[in-house]
Amino acid sequence: MPIEILMPALSPTMEEGTLSKWLIKEGDQVSAGDLLAEIETDKATMEIEAVEEGTIVKLLVPEGNSNVKVNKPIAILLEEGEDISSLNDYTDTTDQTPNNNSIEKSGEATIGDLGAQKGKIIEQPEKIKSSPLARRLSKKLNIDLNQISGSGPNGRIIKIDIENYVKDSKSNIVPTQLDQPDFTSNSDSKEIGALRYGGAEQLTKLGIETGSYDLIPLNNIQKVISKRLLDSSQNVPSFPLTIDCEIDELLELRKELNQQAGEFVKISVNDMLIRASALSLKHCPEANASYTPDGIAIHKHADIAVAVSIESGLITPIIRQADNKGLSQISTEMKDLATRARERKLKPTEYQGGTFSISNLGMMGIKEFGSIINEPHGMILSVGEGNQRPIVREGALDIATIMTVTLTCDHRVIDGALGAKWLQHFKRYIEKPITMML
Amino acid sequence: MSDANFDVIIIGSGPGGYVTAIRSSQLGFKTAIVEKDSLGGVCLNWGCIPTKALLRSAEVYSNMKHAEEYGLSASPQFNLKSIVQRSRNIANQLSGGIKHLMSKNNITIIDGFASLQPGKVAPEVRVEGKIYQAKHVILATGARARTIPQAGLKPDGKYIWSAKEAMIPDTMPNKLLVIGSGAIGMEFASFYNAFGSKVTVVEMEDRILPAEDEEISALAKKAFSKRGIEIITNSKATLKVVENGVEAVLENISESKTKTYERVVLAIGIVGNTENMGLEKLGVKVNKNHISVNEYSQTNVKGLYAIGDVTTPPWLAHKASHEGIICIEKIAGRNPEPLNPISIPGCTYCHPQIASVGYTEKQAIKAGFKIKVGKFPFVGNGKAIALGEPEGLIKTIFNEETGELIGAHMIGAEVTELIQGYTIAQKLETTEHELMETVFPHPTLSEMMHEAVLDAYNRTIHF
Repeated sequence: MPIEILMPALSPTMEEGTLSKWLIKEGDQVSAGDLLAEIETDKATMEIEAVEEGTIVKLLVPEGNSNVKVNKPIAILLEEGEDISSLNDYTDTTDQTPNNNSIEKSGEATIGDLGAQKGKIIEQPEKIKSSPLARRLSKKLNIDLNQISGSGPNGRIIKIDIENYVKDSKSNIVPTQLDQPDFTSNSDSKEIGALRYGGAEQLTKLGIETGSYDLIPLNNIQKVISKRLLDSSQNVPSFPLTIDCEIDELLELRKELNQQAGEFVKISVNDMLIRASALSLKHCPEANASYTPDGIAIHKHADIAVAVSIESGLITPIIRQADNKGLSQISTEMKDLATRARERKLKPTEYQGGTFSISNLGMMGIKEFGSIINEPHGMILSVGEGNQRPIVREGALDIATIMTVTLTCDHRVIDGALGAKWLQHFKRYIEKPITMML
Repeated sequence: MSDANFDVIIIGSGPGGYVTAIRSSQLGFKTAIVEKDSLGGVCLNWGCIPTKALLRSAEVYSNMKHAEEYGLSASPQFNLKSIVQRSRNIANQLSGGIKHLMSKNNITIIDGFASLQPGKVAPEVRVEGKIYQAKHVILATGARARTIPQAGLKPDGKYIWSAKEAMIPDTMPNKLLVIGSGAIGMEFASFYNAFGSKVTVVEMEDRILPAEDEEISALAKKAFSKRGIEIITNSKATLKVVENGVEAVLENISESKTKTYERVVLAIGIVGNTENMGLEKLGVKVNKNHISVNEYSQTNVKGLYAIGDVTTPPWLAHKASHEGIICIEKIAGRNPEPLNPISIPGCTYCHPQIASVGYTEKQAIKAGFKIKVGKFPFVGNGKAIALGEPEGLIKTIFNEETGELIGAHMIGAEVTELIQGYTIAQKLETTEHELMETVFPHPTLSEMMHEAVLDAYNRTIHF
């Protein structure tokens, strides 16, 4: 059976991209991990890798082709031993596969098929008000209109919005060259901020005088954060569960591991929290879930997103399949991701998606706190400082190092009992850390 | 509040001032408008409207002269006095209409010449010795005909006319010299030519209607020459009043000719009315008789704004009105979108008419656009032929990369009524695609607008 290599979605909102360069040619042997092509999206140019072994028998999309829809086959791979003749009855299956729009229309949505195929959550596209010229420009520049707020009547996206977005993006959005926000783009305008609806004028209406503050234009990370977190706080009915964990054993084990490990591995508490979270998700697979209007997606792997503070905001690189990774691998990966996050060199695939997240403010002395769920994650774990506290053990006062964690759950997918069950597993791993070494 | 205290005082009641006053009142401001002369300003009393009345007489007369082509007969004659009277009546009717609009909107009319003096929140306005105060003062004082006295280019009260005198002629001159070939010059050239004057137009630039697209300008020259108007370009004129007329020296690089004309119309541009209002004392930034403002018409002086002809070009009535609305909405804390200069259409009501918006072909190329140009001639349009108006062209300029309509240029019958179709398209940011898909009614002149879009993409049907 020939394998179709599909146009990947490199970001959650990506609908199409440009196949800027093929890195292989027809007839090439490839194995998993080989680079196949360069894909250009609104945000960056990225390489895609082969996931299967075989021979590339056909490139379906010519180089430089823009507007290649996500999930459209771009090449055909034959596995070893397969005959090229099996291609004879090949037809592009996606032509019959409904795209997002038709899903919206037809009742008999095949969203199940599509969703199951990749485990991807399919977003329902809303109707975006935009001028024809703005649509033309966005298509040409490969910009997702969802990312843009319109300044025309009733929020209509007009040419200037695209131009401003491009201006902003030049300095902000490309992850490989994330830079300081572009303060200069608006400096020639006499108006404070370029926003014409709401915007800075809102402040004036609320009694804050123009000129009494500096208005720093939003960069794209800030725009994305504000949109996603606002969506979350409006749409996600969340609740917190708090539990105390004794971590003396965990600290002891960590010390031991680091003494025994080579100088290149230094396992942090956080690495152990990632591992414990992933294992707990494995125990409670129904908690490794995302809400979609069409059903609850139960993820097959625990992809743990870890909040990393960077200069202009926050980014959450992801340890993929953390349930299948040992502590040293998690540690190495996390170190690399965090370093590159601070240098703003992460690829979107490295920070978009995930099934669960961890936010740790313990190193800043925070005792306990709650976080906002970042969809598609079903839960987020907020980790406080581990410090020595008096506890009562078997009727006597004792001292132990206690870390308080708060699990915020999306009640649409995780109820109290399930969240509590997950926390019990987590607490057990933390308090008996040797179990997570198994 | 006393009767000398207002939220907004607008100085000048032309299409900038009176429109702004009405919007100001709609927005809830206590508004006053100061006018030294008749309500409506130059546009209504001595510009746009009375000249359209005159040109309509010329058009009807011209049609009568061509009656036979339509199977009719007529022996046309004209009475200049009546033509002028009709034009004046129309101006007076409309000025009365503005008075009604002012009272309907509770706008106080202050008669007299205003000057400004420093005030607390905004300059104070002094009219006929009385001081008025307002939070916001908007200058809409307009402009007047430019003169160059050193070259004799100034009205003399009899033989040398500015636009104002040319609107109320005492005689239909046998030989008329029009200096300047912009919109005003060409409209008067058209008018006097229609009634039999031997008209000469002299222009300093290398072509008439120098602000228009070169191709349109060339077609206009052809059309005017055909009607018997003499066109002299690349030339300067100096004037001397002699007995019963004016002696004009017309000079180009190589030669100088002296000719005598019965009357001369000066149409060499305008200057802003910035004098004697105390602007210097307030420190208002004025550049060559025009007040410098930002995109919301704010001057460099607190509480003082300026709109229309007294500010920067283009000097057009509709630009003044729009600027005024943007200015007052900004004052009211709204978020108006500043005017985009490429979306301000310009119209000239000569025969044939000329209308345009946005970049000329040359400007577009100079600005670095990759362009697609579409053209469609009147001779390919059924309605134009049925009207007996097969002369003209519609031209579109698209940004090749985005499909944005960045310019449109027209010459021919009724094009001044057509151009709005393209400006709406521009404002809505349509691309060639939506314009192609738009259904234009048949048979109309507007079909040419469709064809000119199709032609830019090599899809024209009827030519």
